[in-house]
This record gives sequence, structure tokens and C-alpha cells, in this order.
Amino acid sequence: MAWLGVVPFLAFIVAFLLWPAASIVVRSFLDQQGRLTLQNIADLSQPFIVSSYIYTIELSAVTAAVGGLFGLLLAYAITVGGLPSWARAGLLGFSGVASNFAGIPLAFAFIATLGQLGLVTQWLKGMGVSLYPAFSLYSFWGLAITYVYFQIPLMVLIMAPALDAMRRDWREAAEGLGATGWQYWRFVGLPILLPAILGTMALLFGNAFGAHATAFALTGGGSQSSVVTILIGAQISSDALANPGLGNALALGMIVIMTITIGLYSWLQRLSERWK
Amino acid sequence: MSFLEINGVRKTFGQSVAVEHFELRAERGEFVSFLGPSGCGKTTTLRMVAGFERPSAGHIRIDGVDMTDTPPNKRKIGMVFQSYALFPNMTVADNIGFGMRVAGRPRAEIRARVDEMLGLIHMPEFARRYPAQLSGGQQQRVALARALAAQPQLLLLDEPLSALDAKIRLSLRQEIRAIQRQLNITTIYVTHDQEEAMSLSDRIVVMNRGRIEQIGGPFEVYNFPQTGFVASFVGTLNVLPAEVVDAGAGRVRVDGQEIALGKPISGGAAGQRLSVAVRPEIISPNGAHGPQANQLRGSVEDVTFLGAIVRVRVRLGASAVHFDVFNNPHLAPPAHGDLVTLRFPAESCMVITEARNH
Amino acid sequence: MKRASFWPWLWLALGAAYFIIPLAATMQFSLQAKRGTLGFTAYANIFRDGNFFSSFAFSFQTAMATILISVLLIVPTAYWVQLRLPQARRLIELLTLLPFVVPAVVLVFSLARTYNGTPLTNSREGLRVLLTGAYVVLSFPYMYRSVDTGLRAINVRALTEAAQILGAGWPTILLRVILPNVLLSVLSGAFITFAIVMGEFTIASLLAQPAFGPYISLLSSSKVYEPSALAVVSFALTWASIGLIQFLSRGTPGQGQMAGPR
Repeated sequence: MAWLGVVPFLAFIVAFLLWPAASIVVRSFLDQQGRLTLQNIADLSQPFIVSSYIYTIELSAVTAAVGGLFGLLLAYAITVGGLPSWARAGLLGFSGVASNFAGIPLAFAFIATLGQLGLVTQWLKGMGVSLYPAFSLYSFWGLAITYVYFQIPLMVLIMAPALDAMRRDWREAAEGLGATGWQYWRFVGLPILLPAILGTMALLFGNAFGAHATAFALTGGGSQSSVVTILIGAQISSDALANPGLGNALALGMIVIMTITIGLYSWLQRLSERWK
Repeated sequence: MSFLEINGVRKTFGQSVAVEHFELRAERGEFVSFLGPSGCGKTTTLRMVAGFERPSAGHIRIDGVDMTDTPPNKRKIGMVFQSYALFPNMTVADNIGFGMRVAGRPRAEIRARVDEMLGLIHMPEFARRYPAQLSGGQQQRVALARALAAQPQLLLLDEPLSALDAKIRLSLRQEIRAIQRQLNITTIYVTHDQEEAMSLSDRIVVMNRGRIEQIGGPFEVYNFPQTGFVASFVGTLNVLPAEVVDAGAGRVRVDGQEIALGKPISGGAAGQRLSVAVRPEIISPNGAHGPQANQLRGSVEDVTFLGAIVRVRVRLGASAVHFDVFNNPHLAPPAHGDLVTLRFPAESCMVITEARNH
Repeated sequence: MKRASFWPWLWLALGAAYFIIPLAATMQFSLQAKRGTLGFTAYANIFRDGNFFSSFAFSFQTAMATILISVLLIVPTAYWVQLRLPQARRLIELLTLLPFVVPAVVLVFSLARTYNGTPLTNSREGLRVLLTGAYVVLSFPYMYRSVDTGLRAINVRALTEAAQILGAGWPTILLRVILPNVLLSVLSGAFITFAIVMGEFTIASLLAQPAFGPYISLLSSSKVYEPSALAVVSFALTWASIGLIQFLSRGTPGQGQMAGPR
């Protein structure tokens, strides 16, 4: 009887999330006549699809690593690093906004900065350094630089509390036992934080992997763009692959990778909490 | 020259003074406690000895070497924290061996020393466990072993038993003292628990509001407190408002009854108000102290049964006096309303003039 | 706290440069629509465009509907789970986190394919229902976490029982006892939902809805400076929403999210 109270919520999430997602998973294994098949999965091995997945995974991994590392340094600076409280409040406040500032406007911000006519591009040109054509905002590294803008704040927001939770006693105990600052981080600090760091980086990976609007705005959704989300998006407006089954399999691949990523994240998150 | 010398140490945080005029000399192998209420500066002083805080003025010497500006990781000090502060990512063995590991000692030596320390704390079978798998008492024993493993010249303990429950507290207290005697290591022990300080220490430094109130052995501090603060903080105390009758003869009046203090009241004049303090365990309701002892008459107001002892409150007009009697199953304790005569020797009275407090 | 040394300051300076330069560049870009001078021409152009207002209004209405539905679903559910169904907590938590596993583009793809040929995809009203439904799903992780934390901070059971003893019925309990006590949490969830919906592009564009996100994107194919002005407007909107959350929930850590308008 008590379960009746959660029926509206369950019904809604089934209708708008579970049922559609499950139906896509099932349809990935059906052919056009509704018979069971593995052909759609096998078709994923086409070179342009494989390269799209690899491209997206590389982009997500690079931005998770770079954003994660730099976000960690920033989180360190405002917590253990001892920066004054205005810097801490400022960075945390900004991160709250910036982690929500993504998509089309973010892409425009970077076009205005590093595009052909961008502020920094022009400024560098004035100093005799021309970014283009060696660099392009619409290339892998251009996308990466843009993605990092929403990756760093997420890392800062998650790691700052974790760094705050590092007990001063641990550091003092290590120092009292003769450890240098570096030895403390090497043997105590980093091992304790490592699950949280890696877990948050997994989350950043998923964050970039599922991103669509930013890539779309930068690459225009053209055919040369290789991000998986854009490939999937193209299946809705027009069945670009002329093969609905393959589109379903593309989405399935995405769900599988995201499930692994989020699973990894929650596993590492639990690991990092076993010491609390 | 003493082994540990703390000379004129002072510590301020912004406007507020945490520690002032701190002077202490401790000999090799001595067990010294810093005792006082929270915020009295005892932990700050300990942290200055450890090197976590820099004194605003003064010097700290260990074995003749000025350590005032030496960072903590160069001082060769072992420290035990109230919160244990074991490294959660390391096993018990790795925790104990940490100091030697960062010092770059050979593996075999570390292993041998860790085994030795595990034996010392009676936990040889726990080497592979993680701190989260140990009880609080076990964690604190490991923390003690870790502090001692690298053979520090000084052992610092910051309220090491406060987070533990009463039974473990007692047994660990004895274990700490036994190990300290065995290794003959100079030890500073910070606590707010006077019983702990009494039972462990060679000497006690009683602190209040950043200053030393008294330094002395447990017997001395308990029986001959030099300030009102020490008298009231260490042990329980009856404090009775009194009026001087004859300063030269050392006689005062408490609630209309005259008692002797056994010594002249220096600088006192008849009619002056002061406080007289008497420990509850000194007072007895019958003739135990002989006919020349002080007497105060009153009626029993409250009886509290504490197990081994029974604490009785007696009303004397405006003030009240507590006294203790040992529990005796064959003797009924005093009852509410009983009229009693309290006796205590004149020498056991402590005169408290509040001016000495600051 | 010890005084910071050189390195933390360096990281902060680098971070500040990376975060501020693109914003400054966008600002500058949006002001130079008239060659050689700085001015608000681009902004003026936007505000003269009827599509700006219609798409903004469309997204605003959708955001309000999303918030309303999300609150109506989440508050009673979170309340009920705490009061009567604690064994369902893990399941509900897991379900509300699913939008992280199913990215927006996969969600809209699944919805479009699954409901293909039904009134949901055949009519304008149907598509709008689909859009709002997807947004409500996207709002779940934030709304649930926020409301659940708020409910945990008050003693739901004791408050409910106290109200019942005093003769209150369920509507009174929910509206006059529970809701006022978790209002801040609800508002905080509402503002983040608002920020997500106003900036969302993927779902709206793939369902061909005349929302604010697709409008910004569309404008960029025909204009040079106006999109930057819109980016500034959009950032100000996000800043205002999140700033309000932070103002309302001072002292609690900020919210990051990964199911919004990436």
C-alpha cells in the first residue's frame, strides 16, 4: 500500500525515460522486420563509427584529465593552499555558474576568443604569432579547450569539499614523524584522495562524452565532425544512416559507455568514503 | 642544563594572547602534564614544542639545541593526537613504520622495529589490519607505537584518551605510563582531566588563561595549591565565605561559627572577607580528628550515593559543605535532616584570596 | 590557516585568466557591431527581433511548466519515501540519477523513436509535451537531491505526527507544514532547473521546438556580433539563477551539474 505514494513519480519516469531507453536497447537487437539480430551491433564496426567513438573517447579522456588536473590544483589552492576567503568564495561561486554555463553560448564565447576573428587570435596576430591555420577552434584541440571550461568548475566543486575533509592531524602526524611536505602528499594525502580524484575524473569523462550542444555549435553538425552525440542527433532529424537499427545501436553504445563511467564513478566514490 | 627548556614563551593570535610567560625545565625521562580547562593554552604550548606553532617570543631548547625555528619534521618528536590521526590508507604496520620509511631506513630494519613496537603494545596479530578495522583504544595504541617507533627524543600526547570510553581510558593510561617508564622517554601530556594528570605525572603544570598557575608534583599540587584556581580546578573543594576575626591568631568566622586556620592571615584585618577552602575527604562527621580540630555544626541536606563513597551535603545557614564517607554495607549513611558536627584539622584549611588569581 | 605561498596564487591567476578572457572577449565582441566604435548596436538589434521575444517566452513558459511538474512529482515522493517507504530510497535515488547515464541526446533520440507515429510526435502540442517531459527528467537529479537534503534537515516524521495530533489532514500537512520548511530547497532546485531549460539546445532543437537555445544557434548562421550579445545575455541569466541559489543557500556547497545544456 505504501508504494502507491510513489506511483506518479514512477509512472512519469517510466514514460519519459525508462520505457524509451529500454525500447532503444531492445530495438538495437531487432532488424527492420522485428526479428532478433546482432547485425546492428556488428555494423558498429564500420570505420567511420569506430573512429567517431574513438574520437569522442579521446576528447572526453583528454578534457577529463586536463580539466581534472587543473581543477584539482585550483581546489587545492583555495582549500589546503590557504588562499584568502575572498578567493575561495569567488572561485566556488564562479564554478557554480560556470559548470552550468555550457552549450551554444559557451561555444560563442570561445569563437569570440579563439575563432579566426577572436580577441586572443587577433591579439597574438598583432604580436606576430598567427594561430591559424596550425590551430583551429573547430578541431580536436579547439573542442578540448572549450570543453575544459565546464570540466574545471565541476572538478573544483566536487574536490574542494574532499580536500576540506583532509584532516590537519594527518599532515601534522606525518610532519612530526619527519615527513617533508612532498612525502606527506606522496604517502598519505594523494593515496587518500586518489579514489575521489579518479572518480570525479570518471564523472568528467561522462560529462564530456554526453555533451552535444557545444560540439554542435563549434562544428556546425557537419559531416566532418566526429562526435558520437552529433552522429546520434543526425539520426533524429534525418535518418542519415538510412538504417534505423544502426542508429539504435549507436545510442546503445553510448548508454553502455555512460553506464560503465557512472558505475566507475559511484564505485570510486564509495571507496573514498570508506575512511570517513 | 635540563633536557627540555621552555624559556619565556609567548604566543598571540592577532589580538588575543594564547600563552604568556611560559617557563618550564624538564629532565630526561620525566613525565610532565599540562593540566587546565579548554582554552587555557596547554595545547598551544604543546604545539609550539612540536613545531606546529611558532612562538611569538621566547625559546624552546631540546637537549641543548635551540629548536624554536626548526620545522616539526626535523625535531625528532613523537606525537599522539586526540583523534588518533592514523593514516587511513595504510595498515597498522605501515603506520608504525612511516617515520622510519620517510627517513629512508632499510626495509629489514623497519620490519624488525615494527614487530618490536607491535609487541610493546601487545598487538602483534594486528599488523595487516587497517585503522578503520580497529577499536578506538587499539587505534590509539597503534598511534602511540607509531610515535615511538622512530625513537624520538621527546613524546608529546595531546589529550590522547579523551575520545575513549571510561574503562579503556583507565587501562590505556596504565599502559602509557608503563611504556614511558620502560623507554625512559621524556613526555609531555596534555589533559583537562585532573585524575589523569595526577595518576600519570611526575610533575603537573596547571594552566589557566594562557598562564602557568602552578608547577609541582601531584601531591604538592593537590594538597598545597598556590592559587584559588588550582585549588578549585584540581579535585573537588568546599569554598566557604568567611570573615576575619583575628588575623594574627588565624581565626575566621563562617556562618556564625568560628574556626582556626592554623596560621596567621598575612595582610588581613578583622572584618575582612575571604574564602576558606576544605577538601571533602578531609572532613569527617565524628571525632576522628581529635578535640582540638575545627568544628562546624549543621544539618544534612542531601545524600548522594556514588558507590565506593557517599557524598553528603550539610547546610550551615547561608553556605553548604560537602563531605565524603566510605560506603559501608553494615552502616546506614546519614539521612536527610540529621544534625551533624563536622570536624577537620586547622592545617587542612586553604585560604583563597582572589587577588592571587591573576 | 597558514598563509598561501607562491603556487596557489599562480594556479588561481591561471584559472582566473582562463575563465575571464572568454567572457571578456564575448563582451567586447558583442559591443563592436558598428565598425571602429564600441556600442550596444548588437543588443539593440536583438531586442528589435520578434523571434528573440517569442523564443524567450517559449522557453520561459516551458521552464515554468517543467518546474511545476518537477516539484509536484518530487516533493510528495521524497516526503513519502522518508515517511513511509525508507526501503525505496536507494531505488528512487538511482532513478533520479539515470539522466546522468542517458545523455540528453540519447534521451531525445529514444523519445522520438519510441513515440514515433503517436500524437506525441505528430502534433505541435504533443512535441511540446515531449519536450517538457524530457526537461522534467533532466531536472530530477537536482530537484530530488535538493528536496531530499532539505527534508532530511527537518524531522519529517515528528512534524507530520505533531500536525496529525493537532487534527491536520494531508493537504494541510503537505502545504502548510512540510512545504514551507523545505521551500529554500525547492527554490534552489527550481532555479537550477530554470537555468538548464533556458539554455538547453539539444532536445529543443532535435524536436524542432522554437526555444531560446535553437534561436541563438540559428542566429549565428546569419549574424556575426548578435550571437555574442546573446551569449552575454544567456550568461547573465545563468549567473542570476545560480547566484540566487547561492544567495538562498548560503553556507552550503555550490551545485555542479552534468545533465544540462552541454
